[in-house]
Amino acid sequence: MATGVFSSTRAKISQRTLRTDKWWIQPLVIFSVLILFIIYATIRAFENGHYFAEPLISPFYSPCLSAACETGSSLLGQPFGIWKILGMTFSPALFILIFPLGFRMTCYYYRKSYYRSFWMSPPACAVAEPHATYTGETKAPLILQNAHRYFFYIGLVFNVLLTIDAILAFKDSKGHWGHMSVGTLVLLANATFLWLYSASCHTCRHTIGGRLRNFSKHPIRYKAWTIVSALNHKHQEFAWVSLLGVAFADFYVRSVSTHLFTNLYFF
Amino acid sequence: MARKLSLRIWRGNQADGGLQNVTVDANEGEVVLDVIHRVQAEQMNDLAVRWNCKAGKCGSCSVEINGKPRLACMTQVSSFGDEETITITPLRAFPVIKDLVTDVSFNYKKAMEIPAFEPPVGMKPGEPRMQQIDVERSQEFRKCIECFLCQDTCHVIRDHEENKKSFAGPRFFIRIAELDMHPLDILRNRKKTAQEEHGLGMCNITKCCTEVCPEHIRITDNAIIPMKERVVDEKYDPLRWLGSKIRKREGML
Repeated sequence: MATGVFSSTRAKISQRTLRTDKWWIQPLVIFSVLILFIIYATIRAFENGHYFAEPLISPFYSPCLSAACETGSSLLGQPFGIWKILGMTFSPALFILIFPLGFRMTCYYYRKSYYRSFWMSPPACAVAEPHATYTGETKAPLILQNAHRYFFYIGLVFNVLLTIDAILAFKDSKGHWGHMSVGTLVLLANATFLWLYSASCHTCRHTIGGRLRNFSKHPIRYKAWTIVSALNHKHQEFAWVSLLGVAFADFYVRSVSTHLFTNLYFF
Repeated sequence: MARKLSLRIWRGNQADGGLQNVTVDANEGEVVLDVIHRVQAEQMNDLAVRWNCKAGKCGSCSVEINGKPRLACMTQVSSFGDEETITITPLRAFPVIKDLVTDVSFNYKKAMEIPAFEPPVGMKPGEPRMQQIDVERSQEFRKCIECFLCQDTCHVIRDHEENKKSFAGPRFFIRIAELDMHPLDILRNRKKTAQEEHGLGMCNITKCCTEVCPEHIRITDNAIIPMKERVVDEKYDPLRWLGSKIRKREGML
């Protein structure tokens, strides 16, 4: 039986949408960029190499927790041994990437993006979706989107670790402090973008003050909420910049590691 | 200076209908509602269109213009190209009555399902005092003119008629958020009912409601997502649940 815009009581219009603008461009661009990122991140996560070029470490592999990690790359030690599956060493990236992946998968902005561009639910506003039924985020697995705050908390830990990585990048390749290279700037920018992405998060906004009923009784939290709210306006932008920043930081470290180019030192 | 404008206007009722072409004069500064009225006066005397204030404040003239939910009185004719044909249809999420007029009573039924503001017991008229910073959040939501464009564009009901019984829609999520954020409202089950009775969990936050709101209310960011987070506090966060139990015990001691 016809439903939605083709229901029997609605105006009889045969088209799924009468929009005349290029509504399909945005979902197509988002789909393409996310697919490219997924392909790149998957290749790099399974590559299990070229992620450390003293003192730079790729954000895909930090913290490096496995005994398979390259010497000097394990900030928090190596609690995991060398795992092998079908004779292949389990990449250290696979121990950790579930957390930033989970943070972005459950992010309110990315949800909008992939529901539109991947699931076409809907592909754009006032464009009829192709699905016969819809239950939203009320059932498994989408009800797990409600775990976003836990990924946010873990994401903060990652931000701290990646900030430490950026600070460690003030060393030279022999471990002496007081130096700065292009790689330092890349890791600093990456950490900054990630902090901005986390600080502008809707869960952060809720935790810091959004859940209050009485702002006037909590002036400090209210002030913090207004700051986070201002950042929240730009959450979409921070989501993209931080995503591309992570990919670029990894690409940079890989390029230095493979001697594609030299990490230029300012001092 | 007048220009000739090509329109396609949907005409019909629930039984049948279709788009009809018409050409009409449009003067500088006019809006789509002006040219609809000119068509009504000069060419289609029985054309049905709902309107009232012509100032974007009554929410009556909601239609879809080139497929987008918009207020006819706030859509400038000059925003369309000279060669462009403007397609005007009724809202496609609601039953059509005639031509551009739809039956939006679904929204009034949903409005009645939301319990009104509940002040503290014994509070007398004139007694309540609120700080401006506590009022501001709900003031944004009070700008709603009930044009129901957000309801119309929401795919949960636009694309799934069967969801109408269990989904209140964005207009009423801002109402629930307004009350739940109100410092003096004593009803404590608004989060639970938002999720279990009004279908908050069905919203997948694709933000179309925010995109079409003529009052620029940030429906998703300021009402729906905060309400979803409040629901998580109550229903899906074991640490918050544990914290609430411990606090209760402290209260007893």
